[in-house]
Amino acid sequence: MNRRVVITGAAAITPIGHGKADIVRSLREGVSGVRPLRDDGLLSSRIQSGVYGTVDYPIAYEFKRSDRKTMGPVAYYACQVAKEALAESGLLPEFITSGRMGVAFGSIHGSPSVHRQIYSSFFDTTDTHLSNAGAVDYLKSMVHTTAVNITRMFGITGRVIASTTACTTSSQSIGFGYEAVKFGLQDAMLCGGADEYDTTTVAVFDNLLACSTAYNDRPDQTPRPFDKNRDGLVVGEGAGAVVLEEYNAAKKRGAPILGEVVGFSCCNNGGDLILPNKNGIVQTLRLGLESAGLAPDQIDFVSAHATATKMGDVIEAMAMAETYGSGPLVTGLKSYMGHTMAACGVIETILTLYMMEQGFVAPTRNLETVDERCAGIRHVRELTETPIRTAVIQNFAFGGVNTCLILKQETP
Amino acid sequence: MTRDDITRNLLAIFAKQFEIENPGMDEDLREAYEFDSIDAIELLREIELMLGDPLTRDEKESAMTIRTFGQIVDYVEGLAKTRAQLGDAR
Repeated sequence: MNRRVVITGAAAITPIGHGKADIVRSLREGVSGVRPLRDDGLLSSRIQSGVYGTVDYPIAYEFKRSDRKTMGPVAYYACQVAKEALAESGLLPEFITSGRMGVAFGSIHGSPSVHRQIYSSFFDTTDTHLSNAGAVDYLKSMVHTTAVNITRMFGITGRVIASTTACTTSSQSIGFGYEAVKFGLQDAMLCGGADEYDTTTVAVFDNLLACSTAYNDRPDQTPRPFDKNRDGLVVGEGAGAVVLEEYNAAKKRGAPILGEVVGFSCCNNGGDLILPNKNGIVQTLRLGLESAGLAPDQIDFVSAHATATKMGDVIEAMAMAETYGSGPLVTGLKSYMGHTMAACGVIETILTLYMMEQGFVAPTRNLETVDERCAGIRHVRELTETPIRTAVIQNFAFGGVNTCLILKQETP
Repeated sequence: MTRDDITRNLLAIFAKQFEIENPGMDEDLREAYEFDSIDAIELLREIELMLGDPLTRDEKESAMTIRTFGQIVDYVEGLAKTRAQLGDAR
């Protein structure tokens, strides 16, 4: 079985806006979602990096108490985007709960803010011998909390895939969801990822000298993918969800078709868990193109992983030059909001769908002087009105995991 | 702790923790408010804090058949009396 898979719903909460109108406006106007790092009373004072891709607007959640009680902040994000994406798809509750739909959703480590509460109570020196962890603390904090809070809220009874591969979490979710529908294991999949505001992640990258520190007083000027003066990544928060559906069923019920997933690959570098690896990336991109049946010169747009680390961008640019040449337009979308971790793959997918629909490509923000080692690809330096028929979303994670998703405008 | 004190404390916990305002003494909490086993475990933790004393495994398991707010008041009253008697014996 080899079925076509289309996207019939999409929703995102990002540092540059919530929902299509806000996000598209920010992309067109070059708005940054990077803000000063908040004081968390624990780690922030010991972190060099002072910036964060921040969701700084209120979100009107309307969840029942019975749903809310097992949710930490990351699950709030996940359930909200899931709700919006399902609403856009128009899928009916009878189908959603039929077992023919599954969920592929993840976060990098559940809810760190709930973990913090749990460990605070464990290390509390006023030992009262009373129960110090709540009955639902695990459900709120566990690594698959996003996926199963979604299944609970919408009564989804199909398969559950809770990918947790750091920066490739949600690109894997989409890829594995795509394969589940393509090969007939499910008729639809709700896919995505989410991460909440968390300074632990900043501390990890900060220790590895991978975070941006030179722009703490000018947050909107970082990150700077491919720029000569980039100095590292900016951690961010956010969430995104897409509904994947079998093409014929989607057409038959008159669903909105936002795009088609035509290829996916996932590889490991087979070695170092941190250092970027050009051969691993090239292999992943080539397998992705092969799975889509597309030649490199048939790709119009590439959403680069482009975290703005010193070496990562160089290796990625070299891998892109080797794979695609200088044909496709390339943008590093993290330049707008930082690295939303588990959510980055799905957010970049959704931003690409929006640009595909509206016929424009947003430029890489803060790309003032291209690092000569990142040349050889077609950087987008200014807002470009142009159709995108085919697009690649590429993501790479600690652990040497690489993914490549390939999207196409729907063609009958 | 009098029965009135217990009732007042439990009503405050129900309102704050479970968003359930003034439940009827004989209402089935699961049917009326979707109060489930997870909520019951959370409530036991609140009861420990109210009594300032941990509950034994047997005491916790004996709560699992409780269905109404009135039964919860009875349960906590029993726990409080047991602890008062133990205190007197000491």
